[in-house]
Amino acid sequence: MSDKLTDILDTHNWEKGTLILILQKIQKELGYISEDAISEIARRARISKNEVFGVASFYSQFHFNPQGKHNVKVCLGTSCHVQGGPHILEAVERELGIKTGQTTEDGNFNLESVACFGCCALSPVMVVDNTVYSRMTTKKVKDILKLYQE
Amino acid sequence: MLKLSFEEIQNKAQTEWKDFCAKTRILVGAATCGRSAGALNVLNTINEELTKHTIDAVVTQVGCIGLCYIEPIISIAKPNEPYIFYASLTPELAQQIIEDYLLKGNPRPDLALGTVGNKGVKDIPQLFDLAMLKPQVRIVLRNCGFIDPININHYIVNGGYSGLIKALDMKPEDVIEEVRKSGLRGRGGAGFPTGVKWGFCRKAPGKEKYLVCNADEGDPGAFMDRSVLEGDPHAVLEGILIGAHAIGATKGYIYCRAEYPLALERLYIALGQMREYGILGDNILGTDFSFDIEIKEGAGAFVCGEETALIASIEGRRGIPRSRPPFPANSGIWDKPTNINNVETWADVSVILQRGADWFAGYGTENSKGTKTFSLAGKVKHTGLIEVPLGTTLHQVIYDIGGGIAGDKRLKAVQTGGPSGGFIPPELLETPVDYESLTRLGSIMGSGGMVVADEDNCIVDMARFFLTFTQSESCGKCAPCRVGTRQMLDILERICRGEGEEGDIEKLQHLAETVRDSSLCALGGTAPNPVLTSIRYFLNEYEAHIKEKSCPAIACKELVSYYIKPDNCAGCMICLRNCPVDAIKGDKQMIHVIDQEKCIKCGTCLDFCPSRFSAVAKVSGVLPDLPEKPIPIKKQDHI
Repeated sequence: MSDKLTDILDTHNWEKGTLILILQKIQKELGYISEDAISEIARRARISKNEVFGVASFYSQFHFNPQGKHNVKVCLGTSCHVQGGPHILEAVERELGIKTGQTTEDGNFNLESVACFGCCALSPVMVVDNTVYSRMTTKKVKDILKLYQE
Repeated sequence: MLKLSFEEIQNKAQTEWKDFCAKTRILVGAATCGRSAGALNVLNTINEELTKHTIDAVVTQVGCIGLCYIEPIISIAKPNEPYIFYASLTPELAQQIIEDYLLKGNPRPDLALGTVGNKGVKDIPQLFDLAMLKPQVRIVLRNCGFIDPININHYIVNGGYSGLIKALDMKPEDVIEEVRKSGLRGRGGAGFPTGVKWGFCRKAPGKEKYLVCNADEGDPGAFMDRSVLEGDPHAVLEGILIGAHAIGATKGYIYCRAEYPLALERLYIALGQMREYGILGDNILGTDFSFDIEIKEGAGAFVCGEETALIASIEGRRGIPRSRPPFPANSGIWDKPTNINNVETWADVSVILQRGADWFAGYGTENSKGTKTFSLAGKVKHTGLIEVPLGTTLHQVIYDIGGGIAGDKRLKAVQTGGPSGGFIPPELLETPVDYESLTRLGSIMGSGGMVVADEDNCIVDMARFFLTFTQSESCGKCAPCRVGTRQMLDILERICRGEGEEGDIEKLQHLAETVRDSSLCALGGTAPNPVLTSIRYFLNEYEAHIKEKSCPAIACKELVSYYIKPDNCAGCMICLRNCPVDAIKGDKQMIHVIDQEKCIKCGTCLDFCPSRFSAVAKVSGVLPDLPEKPIPIKKQDHI
């Protein structure tokens, strides 16, 4: 178990109702929820591993594999859908050579689709790390991704 | 913590506001939408310009005034002068405006959008006289775009927390009566009378009671709550405190989705400021009223918008709804009485106490009082965040405020209520926007998403889109919802692929009714709405897909073919070079041809073909006569 994980677990207060919070803390620091993390949360909270994984897998926020250095999210909300969001996602998939939910071989990018960012008035929208790119076109995809290339 | 009376706090805020107004102020709309349009670059340029020219001015990031389609937006006010709004800014334009207005005194009416303030400025219209703002009434959004959302003093000076003071002087039952009298109904979608709901929780036995602010705005196509939290968080927080006093709650939670980092940041700041002023915590403002608020970040599950699922999630469990009764008012978080209202409802509560129930009830219709915010998105010209009195017609919203359909295309449908709502056809546009009218049409008011579809959008595809969403967000507890949405989605996917069969429509209707009638919570109960309304109003589109295997909107990928118009093609090779699968054959000065076998229908050629040629087209059904292989173009066509 990594030192970082131990630190997070040690400083958590383990009050009732804080299971999601500890999962969020771990994901924020380590990028994903490892098997180690699940076992250790279960041990400390005195609940089964099943229960921990059950909660974690219920919420779309949690990942169970290491994520890419840069996180690309393409919005597929209603407004983005009518403005061509699916085309943008396909263009990103082609450009990165991966499918939604995967990480590029070099570990530089991982790709997700999300249900709505709430930037509907400027759709379609793509988010890389914390930067929102609005009024996307398939033409812009390549240039934007280049900004994050090694 | 400062131990000040509210009067002292107000005086302090007043002094700070006076100092603020004595300076030249530049407000930059820097909510998430403004930022994505480049507001922070504009902000940096403004700061550089001010330093360069040693201009004494305060630059403040404010929330959204709702005109998303012309972001980034700034407004500038010199002391004793009105605010002048400038829109669609680039750093270069911002630089120009700073130089012209602040150095040379020319307000650049040619670039200005409008003014806000008592006096006008020559040749610039009043902002709120503009067509898209005139029909609007800003109650929830009263401060958004005009105050600094991270400065509690700005809120206080504009009447903030006076509603709380008033409420604390009233008996809790009287506060509930005031809210009931206002006619306010839940803005999260269901429209239950807020005062009545509070009454249940007030009467429920138990010392420990909880309040929840539902900020898990999960509807795709909705961003009202985000905008309010980013632009005026205290309006929501004041409402929560008033509710806590009325109900007798001791602890509140704000359940906000993690996808809204800026809203969360502003909430944390706001809570800190409240504590500092003694407006939150033990013995609020020296009274015996104690209340605290904790933020819970949602982890991404649409079903958590449902009350009992939200409670499960706050308790750290899977967000699965349970049957009611017992209702949360009697048994909610940790089995204690719990009252849940949506962000907008809380923001309405604070203003109802500030200005009175009668004032609020002066807006709206007999059964739907007040105003409602909507996120107007999709194919209208003026996309943005709007607020209108209930009873305003859809026509007014789309044509007067929204400016009509972008690109002067034909309106196909208005979708309200997100995945729980339905499609409304153009012939019903005179329908007033209120809870009952929208329900009668088979849609719902919902939390305020309003997405406009034009002739290029396929209704069957949109119904499929919503089902994809509800199917994946179904928590899986009830079989009719878990299996039924999957079955409906399978049929819709088949229809969109051109593999629809006779009897599919009847099967969809039957499934939809079963899911609607036999699911436990509102997710399943409303998930069929997009399917049912699309069949009700757009049956011909379903029939075209099933019988003719064509998509009238030319949108469903499997039913669409791309081709190059021989008369328009200039042989420029741009599409050919960008085609990801080398499906385009051609050469310089040769008419290009798409190999239909190789084509993956990604639309790249259509996007890349220069608009002066517009040579790529798509069709659903039979392709026109085209050359089989590249042939030379006729030169004179392109001179």
